[in-house]
Amino acid sequence: MTDRPLTKNIDLSRGALSLKEYVAAGGYAGARAIANGLEPSDVLERVKNSGLKGRGGAGFPTGLKWSFVPKSDDVSIQRYLVVNADEMEPGTFKDRMLMEGDPHLLIEGMIIAAYTIQATRAFIFLRGEYFDAERSIAKAIAEARDSGYLGRDIFGTGFDFDIVLHTSAGRYICGEETALLNALEGKRANPRAKPPFPQVSGLWGKPTIVNNVETLCNLPGILAYGVEWYQSLGSGGDFGTKLFGVSGRVNTPGCWELPFGVSIREVIEGYGGGMQEGYALKAFLPGGGSTDFLTPEHLDTPLTYAAIGELGSRLATGTMILLDDKTCPVGMIGNLMKFFAHESCGFCTPCRDGLPWVDTIFRDLEYGKGSFKDIDVLKDHVGYLGPGRTFCALAPGATAPLGSGLRLFADEFAAHVSGAKCPYH
Amino acid sequence: MQQHVIASSSTNARLRARDLTAEEIAEIEHELTLYPTKQAVGLEALKIVQRHQGWVSDESMLAIADYLSVPVSELEGVATFFNLIYRRPVGDKVILFCDSVSCWIMGCDKVKKRLSEHLGIDYGETSAGGEYTLIPVPCLGDCDKAPVMMVGEKMHRNLSCESIDSLLPLSNAEGSK
Repeated sequence: MTDRPLTKNIDLSRGALSLKEYVAAGGYAGARAIANGLEPSDVLERVKNSGLKGRGGAGFPTGLKWSFVPKSDDVSIQRYLVVNADEMEPGTFKDRMLMEGDPHLLIEGMIIAAYTIQATRAFIFLRGEYFDAERSIAKAIAEARDSGYLGRDIFGTGFDFDIVLHTSAGRYICGEETALLNALEGKRANPRAKPPFPQVSGLWGKPTIVNNVETLCNLPGILAYGVEWYQSLGSGGDFGTKLFGVSGRVNTPGCWELPFGVSIREVIEGYGGGMQEGYALKAFLPGGGSTDFLTPEHLDTPLTYAAIGELGSRLATGTMILLDDKTCPVGMIGNLMKFFAHESCGFCTPCRDGLPWVDTIFRDLEYGKGSFKDIDVLKDHVGYLGPGRTFCALAPGATAPLGSGLRLFADEFAAHVSGAKCPYH
Repeated sequence: MQQHVIASSSTNARLRARDLTAEEIAEIEHELTLYPTKQAVGLEALKIVQRHQGWVSDESMLAIADYLSVPVSELEGVATFFNLIYRRPVGDKVILFCDSVSCWIMGCDKVKKRLSEHLGIDYGETSAGGEYTLIPVPCLGDCDKAPVMMVGEKMHRNLSCESIDSLLPLSNAEGSK
């Protein structure tokens, strides 16, 4: 038993555990539970009961997602498991740690997920810049294959399973699961219309489950130690642990595995060591670049999907980006808008044309060429690019820091116009 | 012969596919064993050719499209979609400089300015000796060690103007040989 099921084997000062070392540390026990007679329906039941929610940002219940794969005993119908390892959300650096630090945990999680949905083949969609993770995972896959943990009849279950490691070439939209599937098929990575959902018609039209790296890394613990243990970790309606991170002007920025329900203050002031001398916390994005700003008055909120949701933001990736009092909020939001404008796939008009317009206005504000009318145009875009107005969630994600920032930092926006320059320069 | 349209080329009727090398073909063939369709290998084939040639020329683009039997327009659509496929020659090493939010908060603009001064280039340019090409990259996912950049396949973390100063004289000395 452990209270850090995701990171207990991770020590970044040395390399990742080899398969032998991972097994010696109790690894592949979850996969062996399958070999000892767990049926796919048993695993699905356990994962549903565990309350595991997807860790990629949306927080959708994993067991429920899996249950949408059409049930069939016919294993000749190809199903796919796809790992979303395209970590590119600004300010997010959690999956990197898992992949570099303990690749066998991911592979074990994949075996469990694939067995449950009876997918004989999986693809890991890894962002192209993660060379260290690529090496670490490739080595682990080779070890697992050599030991018969991957390939034909794994663990004597009669189930065949193998993994292909696909490295991408840098495009944020590939993190959107249907865009990711198009990219894997060798197409331009525009998102697809939903429905049909990938669970029914995904990769090459086959039933496909796309799960985030951290989500899959939760599975070995759930099978090895049980649902009760899993639920004893975490509080506030969310179960298990989560990787929470802090970046910005704190004394010890980093990423830590903590139980759900820990307070924001504990993460920022405790683990993050508090703000650096001479800097005060002004606001923060709680879960990456696509979340609404929160402020110091929210510091005692527990980190759960529901509690952060009630504040009008999202827990999302759990990696917080801190804005300090010496950094221009308009500049910070402008930086995010430049990112979103650059990474728009260009397929739908509001996103393709709206985000560059927003980006241009932020540049004007920065150089003292902005007008009050520009600020109104920005406010209009919060609506025009919001949920339901675009083909996928990229532009609505951009409106989260934009809309909340326009409200919170109205004075700073106005000062950029009235002073005809950035007051922080 | 089939008429090909390529984004980077003015309509040049004489544009021909080059011959892929044996190594390139072997690597592409290996990828073909991993995916159920030839089209799926497109991006990987572009990356393979880029690894060997440094970039993806029009002639390489035509060669890959021919080899995989995919329309060159579709392959070009993929190539130009991705940040890390280079359709123009780049330096020996590409510097991917993270300019996303955490690095920006931690002062990456100043570091980038110093880097540009050292190399004599701005984003999208290649240094005079051909050693480096500087490109901005979205969040490199190392935000607790911001600012960061990647030179070739190596991450450089906790950057400051001083660390750029100590990194670059070495490289310049190598480059001026």
